[in-house]
Amino acid sequence: MLLSVRDLRSAFFLDEGELWAVDGISFDVEAGETVGLVGESGCGKTIVALSILDLIPHPGRVVSGRVLFEGRDLLRLPPEEMRKVRGAGIGIIFQEAAAALNPVYRIGNQIADVIRLHRGLARRDAWSEAVKVLAAMGIPEPEKRARSYPFELSGGMKQRAMIAIAMAGRPKLLIADEPTTALDLTVQAEISDLLRQIQDEYRMAILIISHDLELVADMADRTMVMYTGRLVETADTKELVGEPMHPYTQGLIGAIPVLGAGSETPLQGIPGAVPDLLDLPSGCTFHPRCRLADDECKLEPPPLEDAAHRHQCACYKVRVQT
Amino acid sequence: MRRENAEPRRSPHRLRAFVPGLGHLALGHTGRGVRLMLFSVATIFLVVWRWDRFIDAFSTPFLDRWLASIFLILMLAGVIWYSLRDVGRIQQSAGEERRGKSPWAVAMRRFRENRLAVYSIYIIILFYALAILAPILTPYDPAAIPDVMANRYLPPSGDHLFGTDEFGRDLFSRALYGARVSLSIGLLAMIIAKTIGTLYGSVAAYFGGTVDNVLMRIVDVWIAFPTFYLMLMLVGVFEANIVVLVLILGLTAWPGTARFIRGEILSLKNQAFTESARAIGLPAHLIIVRHLIPSALSPVLVTAALAVAGMIGAEAGLSYLGLGIRPPTPSWGNMVAAGKDNLLNAWWVAFFPGGLLTLTLISFSLLADGLRDALDPKALMQKYV
Amino acid sequence: MLKYIIKRLLLSVPLVLGIVTATFFIARLAPGDPMDMYLEPQRQRQVDPEVIELMRKRYGLDQPIHVQYVTWIKNVARGDFGESFRHRRPVRDIVAEAVPYTLQLTILALLLDALFGISLGIISAVKQYTKLDKTLTVGSLIVYAIPGFWLALMLIMLFSVNLGWFPTSQTRSMNYEDLTMIGKFLDRLWHLALPVFVLGIAGAAGTARYMRNRLLEVLNEEYIVAARARGFRERTVIVKHALRNALIPIVTIYGMSLPFLLGGATIIETIFAWPGMGRLTVAAVGGRDYPIIMATTTIAALLTVLGNLLADVTYAAVDPRVSYDAPRKR
Ligand SMILES: Nc1ncnc2c1ncn2[C@@H]1O[C@H](COP(=O)(O)OP(=O)(O)OP(=O)(O)O)[C@@H](O)[C@H]1O
Ligand code: SF4
Ligand SMILES: [Mg+2]
Repeated sequence: MLLSVRDLRSAFFLDEGELWAVDGISFDVEAGETVGLVGESGCGKTIVALSILDLIPHPGRVVSGRVLFEGRDLLRLPPEEMRKVRGAGIGIIFQEAAAALNPVYRIGNQIADVIRLHRGLARRDAWSEAVKVLAAMGIPEPEKRARSYPFELSGGMKQRAMIAIAMAGRPKLLIADEPTTALDLTVQAEISDLLRQIQDEYRMAILIISHDLELVADMADRTMVMYTGRLVETADTKELVGEPMHPYTQGLIGAIPVLGAGSETPLQGIPGAVPDLLDLPSGCTFHPRCRLADDECKLEPPPLEDAAHRHQCACYKVRVQT
Repeated sequence: MRRENAEPRRSPHRLRAFVPGLGHLALGHTGRGVRLMLFSVATIFLVVWRWDRFIDAFSTPFLDRWLASIFLILMLAGVIWYSLRDVGRIQQSAGEERRGKSPWAVAMRRFRENRLAVYSIYIIILFYALAILAPILTPYDPAAIPDVMANRYLPPSGDHLFGTDEFGRDLFSRALYGARVSLSIGLLAMIIAKTIGTLYGSVAAYFGGTVDNVLMRIVDVWIAFPTFYLMLMLVGVFEANIVVLVLILGLTAWPGTARFIRGEILSLKNQAFTESARAIGLPAHLIIVRHLIPSALSPVLVTAALAVAGMIGAEAGLSYLGLGIRPPTPSWGNMVAAGKDNLLNAWWVAFFPGGLLTLTLISFSLLADGLRDALDPKALMQKYV
Repeated sequence: MLKYIIKRLLLSVPLVLGIVTATFFIARLAPGDPMDMYLEPQRQRQVDPEVIELMRKRYGLDQPIHVQYVTWIKNVARGDFGESFRHRRPVRDIVAEAVPYTLQLTILALLLDALFGISLGIISAVKQYTKLDKTLTVGSLIVYAIPGFWLALMLIMLFSVNLGWFPTSQTRSMNYEDLTMIGKFLDRLWHLALPVFVLGIAGAAGTARYMRNRLLEVLNEEYIVAARARGFRERTVIVKHALRNALIPIVTIYGMSLPFLLGGATIIETIFAWPGMGRLTVAAVGGRDYPIIMATTTIAALLTVLGNLLADVTYAAVDPRVSYDAPRKR
């Protein structure tokens, strides 16, 4: 197992109270496997990614749990070792390339720095290697682009440049946090093509995070659905899309024209809005929006349990049905 | 449970409520009770101690003495009124949790948690009170020159808290009278500067176009001058007395505010609520007054506190140079100047008025800092506002 | 780059014209005849009315105001500020002697400001949420608020009068002429120490606060998290990724701090008997020496404009995002 997350809990300690952005999550990623994490905005997906790298900003932190990467618990690793994991073991690309690239350094330098740090190349070699990485990411005129500053690139180019930086350390796991959300539709397609190409070519594991189930379904072998800091359903992607069990997942799929077309329920979204994480509903936090909810759901949060082969779900009604 | 416990406390004896602090003590709010009591006891002590002056003030033609006595009475009335109201409030909300969630309540709570800012407010209020009460408090006539040879350059002592100056005048008395000059000039000049700046900036922002362009080019020129040079030039052109000095300070310091307010309003101007106000058919000036200015209020509050400090400092600087308030009228600035040549033998002449000045300026800047943190914790301090 | 500089220079021409105009009209705001001011110092001598007329002619005060204004602009353009009422010498010469002293003082103060301000600001930001940060933050607020003249007097009292470590005033020691080159230099620094400290320390306090907040702001940026996620050391993250971004706007702040320094220098120069522009102005205001007041005020404003210009050009040079073709939007 490449990555095993166990009972991960992360919180922000705010003036207004404790905000549990990740509230007891466990999952595995095998080498070479692509795993998807979906959920509406604000449900804690990014914080899961940052928890794995132990990079949650103040006033937040990982409170408990284990993040086993190649058998070692990252949360208890000495800083020196942890730095080697970051970049060389696990690479990450962020939602907004414009914000994640340092505005005052040339793209080439930002890539070369990573290469020098993790692969120990000399300055000049690192630069030509950086140009190669840029080319591999499908950037035209890589030599010229290496000398550009981030503000001189288009949105899609910036995204490619950021992926190049993440790939420069040759990580075994790539976390892609909303890799296409900030982009135009056509560019979105290009970037997801690029990700698939990386997947094929480098055989690395990918944790793809998005609110867009379509994108995830397209790439991931297995998919996890997240709601208010918890996983509510995990399954092989085909099964999850074909036979969703959890009412929330069903709602998500129902909201998508292509995926939802086959199911008998007419195209529809989920009523209501994501609750405030500071003021969560009791019991199953989904109950105010759930069409199956009854009094049982309001008491205790349902545990994530096996509902079928390689298929887990956190819903009282689903367990009753099976 | 709690409610039942609170029940017998609900109606403390009426009389007790009228003695400031007693009501609080009865309700278990010891800290506030003791503070209120101390405050009222001190006020009453003052009245009794300086009874002659307190009473005489009403039969003299001097407005400032009359004001001082009235102020004492108001202080007493105020503390009684406040403690009555506060006791009522505590009783009403007994048992309930008192954590308001409105932005103002949150800001107030944040501010109160900032101890330095709260102390600063106390110091500022204390200094202003001392300034107003100067005619009642001062042990000596600030202008009286007694037997010079016997009294000049006396070091600080019980008789003369801050010592005496070269003419044998009591420096404590002069410092209190100096406080009146310095503190009132600072406040008035700030009000003038903020008013002009706010109006000017609003007009520029609201009308935009050529008006805005012309107005802001004038501001550019004005801001290019080092403020203190402008002040120096103006005190050179006009004979400086208190009124003129207030005007000079106020009239040199407004462009920063104007620029700031303009920027603030421009960003608000495009927001939806202005559109809706316009849709209802409100006239232009009403839109500005009703919507835009209140939205820019909290930053103005912060800069106002800084501006008072700036104005007091500028007045002190000018007076120190002999170009502002001139002796024999005491101001902290000219008092420091009076002591500057005798630092070795009579350090207290320059030390105390300058110390009070410094304390005032520090208090204002800590206050501004506290206000900023409380009102807009995300905003980061500009170096110069 | 050169094009950018020229463009910025041209853009400041109207501003400079505005400054020169403003000085003229403020000076003419004075109630009464400007000649009265000239005569005031010698009023005891009962000047002959004919002489007054002659003087009026000589200073061009017999002309209508718009003619005077045009003359003033022309003269300023040639660097001619007239003749001092007091010293009976060309103002240009008097001011030219004073400006270098003021520049020595302000430039050193600016250095002190940068040195202490930036480093303390960085320490404060890196140690956020610690006692040290709190102390530095409150301390800088307090230092920023202390009035310079009082601080100067207290330092003189302590270090000059009581301890005798530094001179109380003046620019050089009695034996200055006998000193070697290095000796002269050290002697000058020794005389500059207190005034530079007083002048620079308030700015340093302001810079420290600004630097702290700026750096904290940058440390919250996503590219900092991104840099950490690439495995760089915390030191590298701060020094290489955060600091450069945080320092860029400081340049503009320094452009803005010049008017405050010049203003502060007036009092400090007077206290330390430092023969710069500030002391000259203060003396001129006391003696109503109009030509000098107008000259120094104009020059102070021009220096401010120049400072801002330098700041903008430096900014353009250090920030890759600024293109030289378009003027930077404010
Ligand atoms: N720096 C922070 N301070 C306080 N709360 C935060 C911070 N960052 C995130 N949160 C809170 O944590 C919760 C989860 O945030 P997260 O960024 O993981 O959401 P997400 O699922 O990635 O959503 P999105 O699709 O918007 O990126 C949010 O409710 C947010 O309010
Ligand atoms: S547990 Fe209840 S509320 Fe939650 S998803 Fe299942 S049915 Fe709906
Ligand atoms: Mg996110």
